[in-house]
Amino acid sequence: MLTASDLRKGLKIQIDGQPYVITHFEFSKPGKGQALYRCKMRNMITGNQFTQTYRSNEKFEKPSLEERKMEYLYNQGDEYHFMDTTSYEQTFITKEQLGENVHFLQDNMTLDVLFFDDKPIDVTLPIFVNLLVTVAEPWAKGDTSGNDTKPVTVETGYGLQVPPFVVEGDKIQIDTRTGDYVTRVKE
Amino acid sequence: MLDPKRLQLRAAFFQAIRRFFLEDGFLEVDTPIRQPLVIPEQNITHVPSGTHFLQSSPELYMKRLLASGCEQIFQICRCFRYGERGRLHLEEFVMLEWYRLDADYTNLMADCERLFQFLQSEILECHFPVSLDMPWSRISVEQAFQQYCTVTVEQALQQDRFDLLLVEKIEPNLGKGGPEFLYDYPLELASLARPKVDNPEKAERFELYMAGVELANGFSELTDPVLQRSRFKEEYSRMDNGNGKSPNMPELFLQDLGKIDTAAGIALGLDRLFMLLLGENNINKAVTFSSDEFDM
Repeated sequence: MLTASDLRKGLKIQIDGQPYVITHFEFSKPGKGQALYRCKMRNMITGNQFTQTYRSNEKFEKPSLEERKMEYLYNQGDEYHFMDTTSYEQTFITKEQLGENVHFLQDNMTLDVLFFDDKPIDVTLPIFVNLLVTVAEPWAKGDTSGNDTKPVTVETGYGLQVPPFVVEGDKIQIDTRTGDYVTRVKE
Repeated sequence: MLDPKRLQLRAAFFQAIRRFFLEDGFLEVDTPIRQPLVIPEQNITHVPSGTHFLQSSPELYMKRLLASGCEQIFQICRCFRYGERGRLHLEEFVMLEWYRLDADYTNLMADCERLFQFLQSEILECHFPVSLDMPWSRISVEQAFQQYCTVTVEQALQQDRFDLLLVEKIEPNLGKGGPEFLYDYPLELASLARPKVDNPEKAERFELYMAGVELANGFSELTDPVLQRSRFKEEYSRMDNGNGKSPNMPELFLQDLGKIDTAAGIALGLDRLFMLLLGENNINKAVTFSSDEFDM
């Protein structure tokens, strides 16, 4: 059991049978008054957010969460299939559950998959992934338009802005937390 | 960790406060930080220190000094409140307390006005987030509930929503145009304050707000030892047991209290005020070392 004084940003708690992560947290206490714990929370399955203020006497359950190392295999429509690298069990996660992460999955990539009550709900990607540029306008030498970036598409179909010198066939490093270009990778 | 420039500002800030009170004829005092017995306060958890507790406020000792004949005293000291960590809370913080004999809470409000104006003129590198032009706004707790909430104070108390509404609906609006006093609290929320003569359900207690931040809590002191004893008993009855609080009555304090006729005292959180003067919105930016910079 957790109590209100355990609440903090990043803590995961269970409410009405659903796992929530606290995304914003504020402690307040008016002079001589009660401690109040204001939490903005995200449902780890549906992504829905809500805000609630708790008092010190409130108690919470810890959600049953487990991370397993899995390998990404392939996708079939909106179902993305993964295999447990220890037990070889396979499971899939929907595109909706993956959210933005779907742009950075590469075949045979190993990552951490989060399970709640034995159901996969989320993946944790490496912070940086290297992806192949599949579509890029050639760099127009003498371009005086002043633009210091141009749009490209990478092998997963994800589009982003990169510096003008990046060309088709380059590998680029992308920060999966922001989705932004980091650097060109030489191989 | 504060950079050298901010460390100098923090030092100048403390020195200016001392100068203000010394020039005003106050005596600077110090009192024990470790206390064998602490006053019952429903919502404060004291930090144990061996057989004692670390003070959450020096107020009992300050009032005993008033009883000994001191007329105007102030103290800048460290106070400790377990589990209070947040944007505006530290478990260890610096408190300024000052007390006056033969005074009531309106005298303390005037002190606040003069103190802030003095600081503004003395520390040119610091900037108050609001204008200090007189007069400062005053709003009663009752008016504030009328203005910002859909329930009355009495309903809020019955539903145990007073603090919630205060924090979420009222406080963000206070002290926006200039410092603002919220005054006349329900009696049960002011166990050491004097009831109002013309309205004994209310206590002569106020809080000072600036830019939505609560800075100080002051009141006309309750000086009737019999009444104070029964208020302490009521406060004990509202408290959970076993949370680090002592069940004994502070007998020496109650004995000394009877020697005071009228007095008023106030506690002001200096780290919060310094935070506002720096233009910061997190108290950790205003202290020499913030709690995440300690070696564990």
